Amino acid sequence: MIAIVDYGVGNLFSLGSSLEHIGCSSRVTADPSDILAADGVIRPGVGAFGDAADKLRSTGLDVTVKEAAASGLPLLGICLGMQLLFEKSYEFGEHDGLGLIPGKVVPMRGVIPDGYKIPHIGWNSLIYPDGGRCPLFENTPEGTYVYFVHSFYAVCPPENLAASTDYGAVLTAAAYNGNIFGTQFHPEKSGEAGMEILRSFKKICGVRK
Amino acid sequence: MLTKRIIPCLDVKNGRVVKGVNFEGLRDVNDPVALAEYYSSCGADELVFYDITASAEGRGIFTDILRETARRVFIPLTVGGGIRTTDGFDRVLKCGADKVSVNSGAIEDPSVISKAAKLYGSQCVVLSADIKRKDGEFRVFAKGGRVDTGINAIEWIKKGVADGAGEIVVNSMDTDGVKQGFDTELLCEVCAAVDVPVIASGGAGCAKDFVDLWKNVPDVDAGLAASVFHFGEVRISELKELLRDSGVHVRI
Repeated sequence: MIAIVDYGVGNLFSLGSSLEHIGCSSRVTADPSDILAADGVIRPGVGAFGDAADKLRSTGLDVTVKEAAASGLPLLGICLGMQLLFEKSYEFGEHDGLGLIPGKVVPMRGVIPDGYKIPHIGWNSLIYPDGGRCPLFENTPEGTYVYFVHSFYAVCPPENLAASTDYGAVLTAAAYNGNIFGTQFHPEKSGEAGMEILRSFKKICGVRK
Repeated sequence: MLTKRIIPCLDVKNGRVVKGVNFEGLRDVNDPVALAEYYSSCGADELVFYDITASAEGRGIFTDILRETARRVFIPLTVGGGIRTTDGFDRVLKCGADKVSVNSGAIEDPSVISKAAKLYGSQCVVLSADIKRKDGEFRVFAKGGRVDTGINAIEWIKKGVADGAGEIVVNSMDTDGVKQGFDTELLCEVCAAVDVPVIASGGAGCAKDFVDLWKNVPDVDAGLAASVFHFGEVRISELKELLRDSGVHVRI
């Protein structure tokens, strides 16, 4: 069973549906004991970093997620849920993240060339700077299109970079650090390609059903 | 590289897909969930559901359909039609919608854009406008294109983006239903006015109209259409191959 962390942020319905579609049992939960007893944890999220980080802290789920990560449970953060895995964010001020993957979240503006629209919305292709070693992309060829919606992006050390994408500048599409994984794009909205990535996460978690 | 998007639009009334020609004379086409699944399998990049049901009972049927679609189709889903408040956003977002488009609701109360953007993020708020040439300018029409608001369309869209709309759907009433191609002139003006993604709607009659759209307005991000897809006049998989062969970057 995979625990979908409910901290009042994000389209939980689609994530639950996509896991059901690939034959993976899941539970939307805010209960720490549920989360720690799961085979893996997914943290979705859309919206603003500061608000989401506050919600995570006020519910105490930041501690639970860190505890789950430290115990070796595979953890996948999606979109804002991924950005929260890094040490800091500079989205409208400076905010602390969970620090589970080294790096920081910064605005795209000023990095991407003029004429590129912000937010970066739509289907863009994956590039594997590390040759595709990240187990999340085991069955996903380079060049696969996935769906992005974001205005900020993560900057991380090369050893943590799992995939990037080209939007006038090279942006982080996915990062990892041991049992911690994050995708800037939405696998649950990326059609069959996204389902394949979720299947790989299911395999990493060792979920049989 | 970011791809240009092809978006079929499904107008849903009492649980069935309909499409109006110039917004009148609706014809029943298909089952929305089955059609959504079909489009997704053909390579549609997103789907738009417009709820054109008036009754409370119909609204319930619509959210059931939305939930069923989100259970089976894993591409972005935008919902519009009669949404006027953040409660309206909440209702459809909980059923699996990713974005919500506002049209007449934003004309009645423009603050819905900033309120929704603050609650759900700009990426969730789509401003859709029905636009027609009137008295030498582009004018916004309300209530499904029946009421002239007297508002200049370009100013309206700029204000919507400043208030937090993350995408714009430009529906040209002059070209809608005529099937002679998209409204290039209007789309160029909108693209020059705002820096968020712009979705072209109204006028697609054949696959070549999409090729011309991107030849004439390269900054447009997506092409939206209903009847050409519903009636099989344009097949999405073939359209994308044609676009690719014409040098337009698409997801295949």
